[in-house]
Amino acid sequence: MVAVHAPEVTGLPRPPSGRRGTPRGRTVGVRLAVLALVLGLLGLAVLASVAFGTRPVSLAEVFSALTGTGGLGEGSVVAEAAVRQRIPRTVLAMIIGASLAMAGAAMQAVTRNPLADPGILGVSGGAALAVVVGIVFFGVTGPVGYIVMAMGGAAAAAVLVYTIGSLGRGGASPLKLALAGAAMSAAFTSLVSAILLPRVDVMVTFRFWQIGGVGGAQWERIGAVAPFLLAGAVLVVGMASAMNSLALGDDLAVGLGVRVARTRLLASVGAVVLTGAATAIAGPIGFVGLVVPHAVRLLVGPDHRWLLPISALAGAALLTAADVVGRVVARPAEIEVGIITALIGAPVFIALVRRLKVREL
Amino acid sequence: MTAVLTTTSVVVAGRARRGARRRRVLVVLAVVALALLAASLLAGTTYHPPADVLRALAGENIPGASFAVRELRLPRAVTGLAVGLAFGVAGTVFQTMLRNPLAAPDVIGISSGASAAAVFGIVVLSLGDTAVALLALGGGLTTATLIYLLAVRQGFAGTRLILIGIGMAAMLDSTVTYVLSRASQWDLQAAMQWLAGSLNGASWSRTLPLLLALAVGLPLIAGQARNLQQLRLGDDAAAGVGVPVDLTRLVLIATAVTLLSVATAAAGPIAFVAFMAGPIAARLIGQGDSPVLAAGMVGAILVLAADLVGQLATGTRYPVGVVTGVLGAPYLLYLLVRTYRTGGAL
Repeated sequence: MVAVHAPEVTGLPRPPSGRRGTPRGRTVGVRLAVLALVLGLLGLAVLASVAFGTRPVSLAEVFSALTGTGGLGEGSVVAEAAVRQRIPRTVLAMIIGASLAMAGAAMQAVTRNPLADPGILGVSGGAALAVVVGIVFFGVTGPVGYIVMAMGGAAAAAVLVYTIGSLGRGGASPLKLALAGAAMSAAFTSLVSAILLPRVDVMVTFRFWQIGGVGGAQWERIGAVAPFLLAGAVLVVGMASAMNSLALGDDLAVGLGVRVARTRLLASVGAVVLTGAATAIAGPIGFVGLVVPHAVRLLVGPDHRWLLPISALAGAALLTAADVVGRVVARPAEIEVGIITALIGAPVFIALVRRLKVREL
Repeated sequence: MTAVLTTTSVVVAGRARRGARRRRVLVVLAVVALALLAASLLAGTTYHPPADVLRALAGENIPGASFAVRELRLPRAVTGLAVGLAFGVAGTVFQTMLRNPLAAPDVIGISSGASAAAVFGIVVLSLGDTAVALLALGGGLTTATLIYLLAVRQGFAGTRLILIGIGMAAMLDSTVTYVLSRASQWDLQAAMQWLAGSLNGASWSRTLPLLLALAVGLPLIAGQARNLQQLRLGDDAAAGVGVPVDLTRLVLIATAVTLLSVATAAAGPIAFVAFMAGPIAARLIGQGDSPVLAAGMVGAILVLAADLVGQLATGTRYPVGVVTGVLGAPYLLYLLVRTYRTGGAL
């Protein structure tokens, strides 16, 4: 949080600053150092996620479970089983965190709005509502069915929010988009509650579609969602250079030979696929897509070719760490990771809003 | 000379006409609110005829009806009326003062602050009803102060306050969910009260602090209604016609937050009532007159009607907050679309 770098937070066009050598601001060395740092943090988070949980497990037992050697005696069998259960959970937290962070970075670039996030813009809420509707009214079962419903809901919500947010004078301003998103989120939450409340049995099972969590991780679900997430990630990363030009404004981007509408469309589709598929498996998790790209942008600068991959790694680290916190602080109960990310993310949101000048809102 | 007289008489006639309209609207709203109150006493799981309800209220012992009417439906209906009144008045005070319909206390997180404090008091500290109401009041006041302080930066901007409030609401709602998740004895249905608002837990001991707050707060706000209308024209204009701007603002905000917080302690943050009541009342009553009283009545009507719908419309008994949420969210979108289309300054 170095004040000197503040102008880059908004992702808006700025004249090259004399303080830095290049407009992109960072040397490859700095970026590689950040990459190493993020990788280290991710490693720590993964280790913690496997080692810590509702049930305390010793390091020797973790090692034994991971290598499958066994041989620590009867007492360790349960501990090893616990560790093995934590592995899919950790993998899920990583891929969901990475997807949401990339989706957030892409949405910020496409809408040129520093406050964009799958949760804040109501896209996650739309996906969750679609899944619940699918389960209750259309008898949708199985992860692929959820994913298809969720992507439809995410796409519909994204179109609706963007349409409402860009009505009138001045186009889609951060305030208008954020308000339209908050309104849609509230609407979706109410509808999900209204559908789920009379069905207590469904509600208990699917509670994580109200508040996102990674507690229900299973290998088959991860396997079902992975291709969709991969496709979304490829689409978004493929647009990285074009997204850099979007930040210069539409006219300048056209001048540079970028097909603006196509870039916007493809990057949005990628973000919606990422958000929808992630929400189908983990429920609506907010603020990861907001916090991570902003933090990474402070460190590596606004170049999306670096921003997107490092954000993905940092998002994976953040969500895994948040899930560990949720498991540890409320023992023996667990707190859904969506609660933790909101507690971490909302102050960042407030800080970003405070930084914006009134005319930018 | 004659021209001046004509102008004056036109103004006087117009004022009289608007006054008559305002009185008519208020009477109609009061009648509707009372009718809904009566309906809440008559209808429920079983219908009791008016004669039985009246006799039960008078203290007679009617098998089946006395308990249901006196112990369940009366506190529920009175709580609904009082909560709606408090939300409506508090919401319209905020909206008028910040000159923005979106600056309702439930949109900008003040209800969430009161709710978080109330939940903390109940689950963690195991407090009684009055202490919970006081704690909620503390939570509401703290949240309001915090949002204001965060929004002041190189001058005050309503838009920034709204966005900061939305962030604050997200954080506080997560806190509520977190605290509730630690309380095993709370099942999900009960937890919904503190996330969406419900009248299921209504009792006299919960409603009493709210009735007291209304008895003090309503006259206070009604007394300032004229000054509030002047504030809409801007601080300078209000000061020019002799309104003590800072004092008026402080009294109004403190009173509104008090009403809102104590009402939240009684029934949870019933979604969107504070937000919807003001604009609806302003539309009914027309421009130029204070919508405060009308907004209170609209709030009461919304809560009572939504509770009846939630209880009777389908086989399931929905908490009132889910019904107002489903109604209120489209209204919020409609308001956004209308404001953006007309190029209104948001």
